[in-house]
Amino acid sequence: MAKSLFEKIWEKHVVKTIDDGPSVLYIDKHFIHEVTSPQAFTGLNKRGIRVFRPQQVVATADHNVPTLNQHLPIKEELSRLQVEALIKNCAEHGIELYGLGHPFQGIVHVIGPELGITQPGMTIVCGDSHTSTHGAFGSIAFGIGTSEVEMVFASQCLLQSKPKLMRINVEGVLNKGVVSKDIVLYILSKISASGATGYAVEFAGSAIRSLSMEARMTICNMSIEMGARCGMIAPDETTFAYIKGRKFAPQGAEWDKKVAEWKQLFSDADAPFDQEVFINAAAIEPMITYGTNPGMGIGVSETIPTTETINDTDRSGLAKSLAYMGLEQGAAIKGQKIDYVFIGSCTNSRIEDLRMVASFVKGKKKADGVEVWIVPGSKQVEAQAIQEGIDKIFEEAGFQLRQPGCSACLGMNEDKIPAGKYCISTSNRNFEGRQGAGARTLLASPLTAAAAAVTGVITDVRELLN
Amino acid sequence: MKALTTIQSRFVPVNIENIDTDQIIPARFLKATTREGFGENLFRDWRYYNDDESKTRADFPLNMSQFDGEILVAGKNFGCGSSREHAAWAILDYGFRVVVSSFFADIFRNNALNNGVLPVQVSDEFLQRIFLQDNNTELTVDLEQQTIRINSTGEQEHFDINSYKKTCLLNGYDDIDFLLSNKADIETFEKQRV
Repeated sequence: MAKSLFEKIWEKHVVKTIDDGPSVLYIDKHFIHEVTSPQAFTGLNKRGIRVFRPQQVVATADHNVPTLNQHLPIKEELSRLQVEALIKNCAEHGIELYGLGHPFQGIVHVIGPELGITQPGMTIVCGDSHTSTHGAFGSIAFGIGTSEVEMVFASQCLLQSKPKLMRINVEGVLNKGVVSKDIVLYILSKISASGATGYAVEFAGSAIRSLSMEARMTICNMSIEMGARCGMIAPDETTFAYIKGRKFAPQGAEWDKKVAEWKQLFSDADAPFDQEVFINAAAIEPMITYGTNPGMGIGVSETIPTTETINDTDRSGLAKSLAYMGLEQGAAIKGQKIDYVFIGSCTNSRIEDLRMVASFVKGKKKADGVEVWIVPGSKQVEAQAIQEGIDKIFEEAGFQLRQPGCSACLGMNEDKIPAGKYCISTSNRNFEGRQGAGARTLLASPLTAAAAAVTGVITDVRELLN
Repeated sequence: MKALTTIQSRFVPVNIENIDTDQIIPARFLKATTREGFGENLFRDWRYYNDDESKTRADFPLNMSQFDGEILVAGKNFGCGSSREHAAWAILDYGFRVVVSSFFADIFRNNALNNGVLPVQVSDEFLQRIFLQDNNTELTVDLEQQTIRINSTGEQEHFDINSYKKTCLLNGYDDIDFLLSNKADIETFEKQRV
C-alpha cells in the first residue's frame, strides 16, 4: 500500500496501540531547556524515578539567557534560578547540557540540526512548540507540554493519536527578493493560523526542493503557526550533504547504511492525504504581517485588509488587532515607520540568515532612530559569523551583534521591545505582547527586515536589490 | 490529577477568537519552577493596563463581578501558539475546570487533559448560543455522557473525547502511570529495532 512520509516514520515508532485510543509512540530524541523542564524533573523526583534514557536527552539554556555579557551571572534572579535548576537537574540525571559558556550553546532548534543530532526518520520532541523545525530533515518532530516532558523522561514514549495528513505543494520559481520566510508567511495568509490544526503537514514541490536546509527549517519551524502537529520535508541530497561530517552524524560504514535508509523516506506516488494545498511560488512577494496572529500577513506592496476584504477566519479579530497595532484598515503597509529591527529566533538566526543580511547591508548604514539587534542562534553561528567577517559588516552598518539565545522573540529575558514601539522581526509570532507588553510586531524575512533597518520604514526590498 | 465527572456552574465568557497562550499567560511569568500560583497572572495583560494591578480593565470579563464559575467559554482556536503548559496550570489555578470553545489548538488540548481541565469542543452555533445567555445561566458538563447543556433553555450538545482520555479524567489517572506500566513492552521494542 502506498504510504506517506509521515506514515512510514510513525509506523516504525509505534510500540503498541490502545483500543479506541492513542498509540504508545517511541521517541528517539528529546531536547529540553530551562523553562519547560523543571516541573517535569520535580514530578519524576516525587515519583522516585530516574530519567529512563538520559543518553537520548540533550539540554541547553536559551529562553531566559541574556544576549549581552553572558560571562557574567544572570542579573534577573528568577531567570538565574531556572538556569541553575537545569544545571542541577541535568547533573543529577546524567543528561548532556550545552549550557551558557559551552561552545555548543544556543537555541535548541538551531543546535540540534547543526550538531547533527537531528536526523531523518527520527521522532523528536521538546517542550517547545517550534520543535516542528526539525521536521525539515524528514523527521516527525513536535512540541509538547511539561507533563509530556515528564512522560518522555519516565518512559521515552508518549501517548499520541495519529493526526490527519496534509500536503502543501509549492511549485515554481521564487521571485527576486523572496525567500523561504515569505513562502511560509504566504501559506499562513492563505490557510490561516488554524488552517492545519489536527494535521501533520508535509511541504513538497519544486520550490521546496530547491531550498537549502536552513530555508527548509524556517518553513517547518512555522508549521505550528498554522496549528499543525508537525511539519516535514522528505530528505534528499541537500539533507544528506548538510548532515555529513557534523559532530553527531553517523560515520564511515554507518553513514552509508543510514543514507540508504533515509533514501526510503518519501511519500509514495499514490500516498493518501486528507487535504492537499497548491501554492504558486511565482505569486509570492516579500511578505509582512499587519495583525496579531501570524496568519494576518500581506504582500509588502498590498494594503491592510478591511472588514469587507479580509478572510472569514480573521474578520472578527481585525478591529481589535489593528487597534493594538495602531494601524488602519485599507492603509498601505509600505512606508510604516519602525523603531526596532530584530533578526534572530529559531526561525531565522542561522548562518545563512546572517549572510543574507550581511550581503544586503554591506556598505549601507542603519536609519537614524532605529535600533537593530542581530542575535545569532548559537555559539557556533556566532563564531562562524566572526570568522567570515560578518560581524564587521554589521558594526559598520550600526547593527548590534549580540550573543545567542531566544532574545526578543518572546519577551521573557532582558531583551524586550517597549510598549507602543514597532518592531520588524524575523521571529515567528506577532501576538499581543509577545515581544514585551504593548510591543507591536511585524513579522518578515531577514531580507525585508534588513531593508527596513536601512530605510527606517517598511520597505519593498526588491526596490533596493540590483 | 483531580478527577472530573460532572461540572454544573455559571460561566465566564471571553468572546475572542484565536486566544494564544501568550495571552493566557505572558512569557515573563514562566520563570517559576513549580506548577502552582499561575492563576493570579491568567490573562494578565488583558486584565490590567500597563501591567499595573491598580489599573484594572473594567471591560474584561475576568474583572466583571457579574461573571463567575468553573467554566471558561472562549472563541474558536483557543490555546494556539506556544506549548507552555503554564497556560493550563494558570486556568486550573484560577479555578476553571472546563474550557468551552468551538476549536482548540492541539498542544493546549493535551496539556489541559493532562491537568484535569476538560476542553469541550462545541459547534460554532452552540458556542454563540452560550454567549447570548445572561450571566446567571448555568451550564452542565457531563463527562460520562459527553454532553454540555444550557440549563435555562435545555439546549444540549454532544462533545467528543477519546475514550482513553475520558477514562483517565473520570478516574484522575495520568499517562505516566500508564506508560510506566508498559515499561517491559517499551524495552522489548527497543531491543527489536536495533
